Amino acid sequence: MEQAPPDPERQLQPAPLEPLGCPDAGLGAAVSKEAAGAGEEDSGVDTMTHNNFWLKKIEISVSEAEKRTGRNAMNMQETYTAYLIETRSVEHTDGQSVLTDSLWRRYSEFELLRNYLLVYYPHIVVPPLPEKRAEFVWHKLSADNMDPDFVERRRIGLENFLLRIASHPILCRDKIFYLFLTQEGNWKETVNETGFQLKADSRLKALNATFRVKNPDKRFTDLKHYSDELQSVISHLLRVRARVADRLYGVYKVHGNYGRVFSEWSAIEKEMGDGLQSAGHHMDVYASSIDDILEDEEHYADQLKEYLFYAEALRAVCRKHELMQYDLEMAAQDLASKKQQCEELATGTVRTFSLKGMTTKLFGQETPEQREARIKVLEEQINEGEQQLKSKNLEGREFVKNAWADIERFKEQKNRDLKEALISYAVMQISMCKKGIQVWTNAKECFSKM
Amino acid sequence: MARSFGDKDLILPNGGTPAGTSSPASSSSLLNRLQLDDDIDGETRDLFVIVDDPKKHVCTMETYITYRITTKSTRVEFDLPEYSVRRRYQDFDWLRSKLEESQPTHLIPPLPEKFVVKGVVDRFSEEFVETRRKALDKFLKRITDHPVLSFNEHFNVFLTAKDLNAYKKQGIALLTRMGESVKHVTGGYKLRTRPLEFAAIGDYLDTFALKLGTIDRIAQRIIKEEIEYLVELREYGPVYSTWSALEGELAEPLEGVSACIGNCSTALEELTDDMTEDFLPVLREYILYSDSMKSVLKKRDQVQAEYEAKLEAVALRKEDRPKVPADVEKCQDRMECFNADLKADMERWQNNKRQDFRQLLMGMADKNIQYYEKCLMAWESIIPLLQEKQEAK
Repeated sequence: MEQAPPDPERQLQPAPLEPLGCPDAGLGAAVSKEAAGAGEEDSGVDTMTHNNFWLKKIEISVSEAEKRTGRNAMNMQETYTAYLIETRSVEHTDGQSVLTDSLWRRYSEFELLRNYLLVYYPHIVVPPLPEKRAEFVWHKLSADNMDPDFVERRRIGLENFLLRIASHPILCRDKIFYLFLTQEGNWKETVNETGFQLKADSRLKALNATFRVKNPDKRFTDLKHYSDELQSVISHLLRVRARVADRLYGVYKVHGNYGRVFSEWSAIEKEMGDGLQSAGHHMDVYASSIDDILEDEEHYADQLKEYLFYAEALRAVCRKHELMQYDLEMAAQDLASKKQQCEELATGTVRTFSLKGMTTKLFGQETPEQREARIKVLEEQINEGEQQLKSKNLEGREFVKNAWADIERFKEQKNRDLKEALISYAVMQISMCKKGIQVWTNAKECFSKM
Repeated sequence: MARSFGDKDLILPNGGTPAGTSSPASSSSLLNRLQLDDDIDGETRDLFVIVDDPKKHVCTMETYITYRITTKSTRVEFDLPEYSVRRRYQDFDWLRSKLEESQPTHLIPPLPEKFVVKGVVDRFSEEFVETRRKALDKFLKRITDHPVLSFNEHFNVFLTAKDLNAYKKQGIALLTRMGESVKHVTGGYKLRTRPLEFAAIGDYLDTFALKLGTIDRIAQRIIKEEIEYLVELREYGPVYSTWSALEGELAEPLEGVSACIGNCSTALEELTDDMTEDFLPVLREYILYSDSMKSVLKKRDQVQAEYEAKLEAVALRKEDRPKVPADVEKCQDRMECFNADLKADMERWQNNKRQDFRQLLMGMADKNIQYYEKCLMAWESIIPLLQEKQEAK
């Protein structure tokens, strides 16, 4: 434990579990060793090196997907896909990696991991999972869950999910996450033993429930607004992109008809025949090139989709904040009313018309002893309430501090990722243009020989 | 052909504005264009015709377009070295039917279709007029290039007459004997066998027209797909702008992508415009051309049928008669002439077709290459913008 770098945020963590500072495996040691020499990271930005140090020592990959058939809890036959997770530790000296663990998980287990993280780290923008069912795809791609292309894209998405957690300064130390990577059996039971489901605030589940918060934090309301807008703009973008892909597919594929007709036409021509025939071949090449192009583009769509789902994760943090603010305000209100009651009892004046005032009038005055006792009870309650309010206030402030730190981290990650995604998208377009130029230049060459 | 052209201020035959006198500047540019044209097969030419300067005429009865036709020639059939007249579509139509009448053994190039899809195309729109102008220009060029048709009397009148309408009225009597007799062939007789080479031409034309029809449909379909693609792109780009409004650091890269997609859309629009204006009309011309060819082929069959019928009649009448009557011989001559003309025209047509399609298809490839080059440039230009921001961070 003493080897772990001092983490200013750790004591603020609501998670009762010991973070993975130094578990029995070599993992923790690797983590701390690396942390010492974290300076050589490329960007030099502190948070970034911090984010990556864990990754540097441990490589995580989801290397395989396999279709399986088994029996579920209801003893019904079901088919599902299992993913092979491999973790390797990288030796510092020679850079060799050694396989430390490999185990199979299915999507539902990833889901369980994420749900657990959501409950225990409400102030963190928890990385989203890849979509369960294919959405926003151009129509030529299958939306079937068992489709190999879909499984492959999901495999990449799941790997990305694990890497995101592993590179997160706080989440990476979570024990349950560690066990997810290393302990195949009984993992589910261990998760359930944490009782996270009981801790889950059921109010968070009510998606659209907005609480009447009197003093909302403008930063969070803005963030919530941003999440909404981000979600709507990305989903619009994905929808239009799928349509663009569909149309582009059409343009290319119709060119394939030239291939056939040129070849048929070439049969009746003498001098022109050869040129036409080979130009037709290039048209076939052109038509079939679109499959790979759009396949590649799907990767870009997946990158965008991750941020579409991140918008929801961002909103979850905002909602949690809203709830805390609401609780705080309710507690304050409760305390204020108790104080007022107490004052009324002490002075004997009733400022406002109340049920109590009525009963007093109807049933006569209480004895001074009774009143004393009641005042005493109230005073105790007030004391308690003040303590509670104080701790809620503290908790709230800590939450805001931690959440905002993570949101800042998230924003940086987002800007970096999306810029990279845009670059790779542009590179894809460039390669498509080059392919197009190549094919048409070849075709032109054939035509020129006619 | 007693016409004199004292001055070049010709009065329009059909009530339009007078044709503009050709200024030195315009005639030199005309010459350039003519010379460019001359390079195509290096033959020496002595007749040059250009269709340009469409003008809209609005009269009480009708609205129509006239085109300026400028002719330059050193041929003795032309009194002047240069003529400039204005003609409208129906004049071209008249010319074509006159040519068909007077030169039935020859392949007459097709005119662009008179009626376009009604309601869909605006007959007076700039694009339509320009497409038609090009087609009419091509029509006259094809006649000009033809060793027989270019000497046709009606063609000469069409190029030079001050008042074409007057000529049209008096020209009814000018039917050639050949044309007349072809018209009187009885359709009852069925041709025994088409000579192999003409049968081959017929088969070729059938397949050719079929394939061209398919290509025409494919090209139209591609244009349609491209236009739909364009519609989506036009929506796609601005989404990036909307997004950029939400972001701070990402605003510029997103805006860059949006602008880039905008540039690609513009390039795509140019591509579809080019294909619509340059590619489709040439295809259509060749589809019509194959129709013209088929109708000449049919006329040839009729002449052969006539000859065969006469021959049979003679054979029935007197089997041992050694000599074939003169009119049957004449008929045979005519058939042979027809065959020769047709073969020569077919060969010429094949050559033209090869050149035209080479040019057309290379043009199509070029347009696509240009399109991709424009998109490539757009995307390449935003890469530094994205990377620079990255490093600056």
